[in-house]
Amino acid sequence: MKPINKITSVLTPLDRKNVDTDQIISKEFLKRIERTGFGRYLFYHWRHRPDGSEAPDFVLNDPRYAGSEVLVAQENFGCGSSREHAPWAILDYGFKVVIAPSYADIFYNNCVKNGILPIRLAHQEVTELLEKGKKAAFELKVNLEEQTVSGEDGVRYSFNIDPYWKEMLLKGWDEIALTFQYEEKIAAYEAKQLV
Amino acid sequence: MAKNIIEKIWSDHIVYAEQGKPDLLYIDLHLLHEVTSPQAFEGLRLNGRKVRRPDLCFATMDHNVPTRNRDTITDPVSKKQIQTLQQNCEEFSVPLAGINHPDQGIVHVIGPELGLTQPGKTIVCGDSHTSTHGAFGALAFGIGTSEVEHVLSTQTLWQSKPKTMEMRIEGELGFGVSAKDVILAIIAKYGVDMGTGHIIEYTGEAIRKMTMEERMTVCNMSIEAGARAGLISPDEVTVEFLRGRRHVPAEEAFEEAAAGWLALASDAGAEYDEVLTIHADEISPFVTWGTNPSMGAGIAGHVPYINDCENPEDQEALKQALAYMELEEGAPLSSIPIQHVFIGSCTNARLGDLRSASEMIKGRKVHPSVTAIVVPGSETVKRQAEAEGIDKVFLDAGFEWRETGCSMCLAMNDDAVPAGERCASTSNRNFEGRQGTGSMTHLMSPVMAAAAAVEGRLTDVRVFMNEPVLS
Repeated sequence: MKPINKITSVLTPLDRKNVDTDQIISKEFLKRIERTGFGRYLFYHWRHRPDGSEAPDFVLNDPRYAGSEVLVAQENFGCGSSREHAPWAILDYGFKVVIAPSYADIFYNNCVKNGILPIRLAHQEVTELLEKGKKAAFELKVNLEEQTVSGEDGVRYSFNIDPYWKEMLLKGWDEIALTFQYEEKIAAYEAKQLV
Repeated sequence: MAKNIIEKIWSDHIVYAEQGKPDLLYIDLHLLHEVTSPQAFEGLRLNGRKVRRPDLCFATMDHNVPTRNRDTITDPVSKKQIQTLQQNCEEFSVPLAGINHPDQGIVHVIGPELGLTQPGKTIVCGDSHTSTHGAFGALAFGIGTSEVEHVLSTQTLWQSKPKTMEMRIEGELGFGVSAKDVILAIIAKYGVDMGTGHIIEYTGEAIRKMTMEERMTVCNMSIEAGARAGLISPDEVTVEFLRGRRHVPAEEAFEEAAAGWLALASDAGAEYDEVLTIHADEISPFVTWGTNPSMGAGIAGHVPYINDCENPEDQEALKQALAYMELEEGAPLSSIPIQHVFIGSCTNARLGDLRSASEMIKGRKVHPSVTAIVVPGSETVKRQAEAEGIDKVFLDAGFEWRETGCSMCLAMNDDAVPAGERCASTSNRNFEGRQGTGSMTHLMSPVMAAAAAVEGRLTDVRVFMNEPVLS
């Protein structure tokens, strides 16, 4: 996975709470056996009308947010199914950071394991970012090392993140390779179970 | 010091702990299916890694399998996914109950059926409904595909210890109220993120009186409450369910194991980070009207009014849900017509579920405007139901009796609800498009779904239960 630290990008305001992973990536796209190529299916049924044409009022189709790397949404983002295809689609589409007041647990883990930075900010802070982003293209600077999010208008928020996840993201580690360093401890645990 | 079951299982499984890091937790059972595993096996191949403990893995095919014409999968992408699991299991020596195997079924139905699921185990699967296995007093949770790969390689996971929550169900359940109503009422009361960052233990007399199948229904939907996992302390009901199953110890060894299981139950006076309660009086036969599982109410209720919501954000969410569901605010729930009925899924497709729905439907007919299907949770459930003549009851009433799989719960196979049509469903999620693009889902118990099939609309099953069948 790719290391992540500083991102500068306009934010994409998705002003909804309880966005479930069925909406992020719909089941008809889960049959692929690869990790790549899911970006075009991200929020497919919100981005498209039933006839397959673009839904003009959906935020991902708004040209002001083209090339955005930061997705902002409301509470409990990524709830429901554990499908890792959801973060794969988010990443493949081009987002590297998600900002929300809270996340579903499995989705949060899945983001970190794929080098996506999920930032938790207070409800009020997220609401302010959403409002600014909806009014006009609003550029954010995200700094993981410093744990800050700052805007072009001088707004600056800091966020908390588990130090273990922070280091994983900054260094882009392969967690499995890391765990292999504990092989002896795993073997010792297994030996104890057999007694 | 008094400990709850969550703390006991957690501390029993720590391989390595260090201040400032998550714990390295040992995994006792890893269940796999065709949708969330291919990329994990591919990761092993790319890195030249092997499966550390294939003997602690068990795989099946459920999400994508057809429920009729089993041998002819027409969708080439589905077919490839199913073949890929077959090949991966062969290559890495993982036990598999494949599409034509007598043990095949929904992964969360067959784990308990085979006795693989046992109290005190840590159980994971690349599927959020892994919480089902918590009914046995196991610590069972859903993981993503990267974590599937991690468990395959190391049989461990780095996990920060979640907070603990007691969800107490007080009092005795009323007439016609089932386990599904209990969990739907809990989620409606406390919300879809009530359990985020927590493991829930369900307690109380109502839980103790439930069968293992009913307990599985409750624990299954812990994820719909946002919880990392949900579980129930083991008791004699748990022990008797497991006795004689294929993967549990036999004879004396069983008694010894059972004593250990019972000792896992939360100690009297154990504490939790949070304690919530619901009283049985608050729970009646439930249906959902919206686009997440908390958007539900007792069948005698109505769709909420926009002005019932206090803040503008909730009003907006309600408007979006009602627009999708094509419902007016204030509409009585029992006036909502349905075109489809689905009895199935890891929530409600066990023998007890099919039995109760069949008792309801016996001597009655499916409404002419309704297409109704039953999809048993496993091959074993299907065989047992057929031995009892349950299939015949459903067929006589006008239901279709299908092969097993996840089917119309998520409509990855051909079983989908068409756009603009409504389904009374015993599954677990009513998200937009869940049962088919543009489809509308109303979640409920098996008996409520059976009653809806007869009436062609959402209806109170208690009326039927009081009414003798005239035939």
